[in-house]
Amino acid sequence: MEIFWILAFPLIGGLLLALFGCRSFAPELNTLMSFGTFVASALLTARVINDGPITALQGQFFVDSFNVFLVALTAFVAFTTALFSRPYMRIEQAHGKLTVKMLRLYHSMYQLFTFTMLLVLLTNNMGIMWVAMEAATLTTVLLVSLYRTPASLEASWKYFILCGVGLAQALFGTILLYFAAEKVLGAGGTALLWTHLDSVKTELEPTVLSLAFVFLLVGYGTKVGLAPLHSWLPDAHAEGPTPVSAVLSGLLLNVALYVVVRSKVLVDGALGTHFAGDLMMGFGLLSVVMAAFFLSRQKDVKRMFAYSSIEHMGLITFAFGMGGAVATFAGLLHMTVHSLTKSAIFFAVGHATQKSGTQLMENISGLIKTHPTIGWGLMIGTLAILGMPPFGVFASEFLIITTAMHAYPWTTPFLLIALGVAFAAIFGRVQKMVFGETSGKRLPHPPALLPVFVHLALVLLLGLYIPPYLADWYRQAAALIG
Amino acid sequence: MANLSGSFINLFAALLLLIAFAMLSQRRILSLINLFALQGLVLTASTAVVAWSSHQSHLYYSAALTLVLKVIILPWILHRLIRKLNVKWDVETLFNIPTTMLIGIALVVFAFNLAAPISQMAGTIVKSTLGIAMACVLLSFLMMITRSKAVPQVIGFLAMENGLFFAATSATYGMPMVVELGIALDVLVGMVILGIFFFQIRETFDSLDLKHMEKLKEE
Repeated sequence: MEIFWILAFPLIGGLLLALFGCRSFAPELNTLMSFGTFVASALLTARVINDGPITALQGQFFVDSFNVFLVALTAFVAFTTALFSRPYMRIEQAHGKLTVKMLRLYHSMYQLFTFTMLLVLLTNNMGIMWVAMEAATLTTVLLVSLYRTPASLEASWKYFILCGVGLAQALFGTILLYFAAEKVLGAGGTALLWTHLDSVKTELEPTVLSLAFVFLLVGYGTKVGLAPLHSWLPDAHAEGPTPVSAVLSGLLLNVALYVVVRSKVLVDGALGTHFAGDLMMGFGLLSVVMAAFFLSRQKDVKRMFAYSSIEHMGLITFAFGMGGAVATFAGLLHMTVHSLTKSAIFFAVGHATQKSGTQLMENISGLIKTHPTIGWGLMIGTLAILGMPPFGVFASEFLIITTAMHAYPWTTPFLLIALGVAFAAIFGRVQKMVFGETSGKRLPHPPALLPVFVHLALVLLLGLYIPPYLADWYRQAAALIG
Repeated sequence: MANLSGSFINLFAALLLLIAFAMLSQRRILSLINLFALQGLVLTASTAVVAWSSHQSHLYYSAALTLVLKVIILPWILHRLIRKLNVKWDVETLFNIPTTMLIGIALVVFAFNLAAPISQMAGTIVKSTLGIAMACVLLSFLMMITRSKAVPQVIGFLAMENGLFFAATSATYGMPMVVELGIALDVLVGMVILGIFFFQIRETFDSLDLKHMEKLKEE
């Protein structure tokens, strides 16, 4: 029943906002619908914690401790982003960048985008996962091109073509998976259900599965933003509206990685080797190193943090690739804290760019003078994402690097150098933006900074103390993934 | 009878490959759309023959779905779009067609090699066509790379989806119905969104040439 409501709220919200999106209450309706989704997901979480994994609708939906935490995270960040976008989009409108019609499109697509992500997470059918993932691309294409500037059109065309081609590879991978599954499970609708595949994974044909995984990893990896398939990501983040950058970085990348990890479980079972893990480690490490060196060349603040997302997604992919209880635990924790921190940073960056009227970092300065909360929010968020103790990112990065030192010592220098370069690149620039003199004007509407500090407080909490039930939950999920 | 339907499917597979090459070298947008519709028609026919010879009744539905979506609706939307965008008689200058064709042949050889170990495991009567399906996917990919205008690039994208669909029918007698419906819905919605997108691009850049859209890159 909770599953139904989780999916019904954003879907109905999307349709309602398409109809009434021109009215003045549209932002409030958007927030209300996201809040409904969040409440439903909290109830689902409580039920899964108490009763264990559940399936619904003849096995078409499946929730275990791995996806329930992503469902809760997705619904929570989607809700706080809706809170943030209410004043943010009003200011954009007051600056004359958006019309009422564009806002209607924005609100409707925002809800439908949430719907597609939650569908990817909740469905048990690998085919429907693909369909929902493609639908997520389609809804965000229109969000990225919302401002209709030449740059935003170019960014979203690139996004559509690259992710479309990427997902075509993933579809081929899914076909191969079905091809292998059909031999064991028989033809028909149940052969693509993940739980069924999981129960027979040792009998699946290894050669077909390894080929399928290559296609799935390359396909969904495009969506995760793994190097060298990442080139859509900085453009889409920089040219789209800031709330969209926040949900792209904070949520969509996680959701795409979720599908990769689900596939990895099947392939590991069929092959009995570390083949899938090795591939993921390779792609992950390459992304971390490449992103770190691109970071120092950025001029646009949103582009810079987009590269930082590539770096962190690479790190998480690397952690899941290593496998084992500790690394997987760290990967899951890092997914959570990265999502919270990065969306908080984008909230602060969004208001900072509105105030300065530019996204170029050299023209932003002295945030702390006129709007101390924006300045502090950005500064604390940056410290958190760079892995400073006592924030949660430090805990997960520490676990990932110490595991890498034990299991794969040769990777340690790459990781440490990349993290160091990233620190130098980001910290120096943010310091100049936050402190110093300013001539910026005040904003026409009060900014929404509550979500920034709520997210950062949660990240701080996760760094200082992980509640026992949450730790259990991560451990269970880690045991599922292996 | 199985022999006869097997020959028919091989014939259709060969036709699909031929159409993929024709699309690669076709310069006129209007002819490109007609080729795409023809590809859909061949796909429908081959799916129907597979359905008939293997007694898989759900394949009749997917053949009907292909007919409606890829032979009627999508070409109709594309025809309407190019009329409204005034690009109906556009001729694209293509870079060195013979070289592109040679690369295409190399891709076909590669696809056959890649598909060989899998086709041996396929239990379907149409296993030899998996290589052709992969070749169609790769050729459409090549077409997307060589085109510099928005509409042909999208046709290449749709042709790639046709190749994947052919792979699914030839290797596994099609995907589960619910997944096929979902994919069809995605393709349709995607086409509508791209239609809106074409107008936005033309309004902003005064043309559908993608060479105007190369500003965003790392210096």
